[in-house]
Amino acid sequence: MLTLENISVSYGAIRALKGVSMHVEQGEVVTLIGANGAGKTTTLRSITGLLAPTEGRILFEGAEISGKPTHQLVARGISMSPEGRGVFANLTVRENLQMGAYLKKNKAEINRDLERGFRMFPRLKERESQKAGTLSGGEQQMLAMARALMSRPRLLLLDEPSLGLAPLVVHTIFEAIDEIRGEGTTILLVEQNAHAALKHSDRAYVLETGRIVMEGASKELAADPRIKEAYLGE
Amino acid sequence: MSTFIQQLINGISLGAIYSLIALGYTMVYGVLKLINFAHGDVYMVGAFMGYYLANGLGARGAQMLGMDSDGVVARGLLGGGAMEPSLITALVVMLLAMAICAALGVVIERLAYRPVRKYSRLTALITAIGVSLLLENGGQVVFGADPKFFPELFTKQNIDLGGGVSVNSSDIVVLVIAVALMVVLQFIVYQTKTGKAMRAVSFNLTSAKLMGINTDRIIAFTFALGSALAAAAGVLVAIRIPRIDPLMGILVGLKAFVAAVLGGIGNIPGAMLGGLLIGITETLVVGYLSPTYKDAVAFAILILVLLFRPSGLLGSVAQEKV
Ligand SMILES: Nc1ncnc2c1ncn2[C@@H]1O[C@H](COP(=O)(O)OP(=O)(O)OP(=O)(O)O)[C@@H](O)[C@H]1O
Ligand SMILES: [Mg+2]
Repeated sequence: MLTLENISVSYGAIRALKGVSMHVEQGEVVTLIGANGAGKTTTLRSITGLLAPTEGRILFEGAEISGKPTHQLVARGISMSPEGRGVFANLTVRENLQMGAYLKKNKAEINRDLERGFRMFPRLKERESQKAGTLSGGEQQMLAMARALMSRPRLLLLDEPSLGLAPLVVHTIFEAIDEIRGEGTTILLVEQNAHAALKHSDRAYVLETGRIVMEGASKELAADPRIKEAYLGE
Repeated sequence: MSTFIQQLINGISLGAIYSLIALGYTMVYGVLKLINFAHGDVYMVGAFMGYYLANGLGARGAQMLGMDSDGVVARGLLGGGAMEPSLITALVVMLLAMAICAALGVVIERLAYRPVRKYSRLTALITAIGVSLLLENGGQVVFGADPKFFPELFTKQNIDLGGGVSVNSSDIVVLVIAVALMVVLQFIVYQTKTGKAMRAVSFNLTSAKLMGINTDRIIAFTFALGSALAAAAGVLVAIRIPRIDPLMGILVGLKAFVAAVLGGIGNIPGAMLGGLLIGITETLVVGYLSPTYKDAVAFAILILVLLFRPSGLLGSVAQEKV
């Protein structure tokens, strides 16, 4: 479904990605783990067209998408809950969700998707008309995920959805990830919480200073001594 | 007392014009975080477009455009006798000038600002100053440096409001049109899908892109909207005081910018309020103190705002911005 062929990305003189290749197949949950500054966010930003790779190609459902503007990729079925959540602080929870359906025209369908988001995260329903800026970090994360789903993506990118959240909320977020995959949405999950990410995914890539250094089935990686030492703290 | 009310009406009418221009500064700031220094000059171009539309390009202008000198556009709506002075004429002239300047705004954004968007804000600011100088000097070359006198678009008269208060109908017309335009703007920004997208872009550009919003198109639309309002202000100003020249945008542009800062830059209701306050203060100072201070008023206000409330009157209270 998604293929990255040897992509490199630079910020001025800094080369953040140095020839990254990876792929995500239809229906999979794939996780990308790595330390701070490894290039995880950069990878997701290139997939969504927020950054243009200097080398390499990105293919989505067989078509090259590198260099395409973000709004076209959203229309093609890619959606992202970004690092830092990026909720519209001055809009209410409901308005944020409606914004997620910007490209959708069918009102009834939008309302059904809204209800689905509220079912997935009942906390959001309670805060429906509250300004998003006044939500707690966990609630903002739920909102960012629910909003990303409003465009009915076939590929959902999640950038550190559990960052800085209390264990109970982390649990809610990962339950939601399971639920989303159960509905048939393909997920690429960036996480520093390697333990949970490996538990809730099929395959994993490990990124270190802009290079993929390991890849494989999540179960196997979780048992690998090098991963245990570096990312699972065992 | 009657003079005061008269002054007040004058001030509100002048202020509504500042508001229209201030809206352009504030909306562009909202989506791009750019102070568009060329905005005052777009207002000037708007006034000149109104002038040519009304008066005609004259025989030489018509030849230059390769048009039949009997053509309505070539001779102008009034100059060619196509229309009589009336409110309808005023509206037609204004709407056409707005359309032309909307296009100008889009062209400026596309050719000058978009290419430098990826660089620092300072680069964009310097570019804006460059565009401003280009329009001012280009205006002197194309329109001529000497002032022009705007034809009367409709027949003005004094209206007696009783109690010794009389106002000129032009003040009322200007005020009514300006308010109507602001109502339309309010509708566009808060009720339409495009307006929603404008607000999203001003809140968070990256998130707006991720919602599937074509942000380039929204930014261009914002320039079109702001420039159209500036053109309307240019025609309305000429209805009040019919003397126009290619540098007329400098001072008025600065005052409108102060109005936007006073209201809270990026804030739409703030720009409306700021414009009114500047217009009223200026008129009252001229009326009761001395006309010498006419142009100093706005800058005194700017200094006070920057000292005591840098975020502007509505800036921090209502965070709504575009
Ligand atoms: N806008 C930028 N300008 C310059 N360098 C940047 C920029 N964004 C990221 N970088 C650099 O690129 C590298 C990769 O950053 P990236 O944000 O992709 O890391 P990450 O893996 O997402 O880290 P984290 O887990 O902390 O979010 C880092 O060295 C970072 O300093
Ligand atoms: Mg990151």
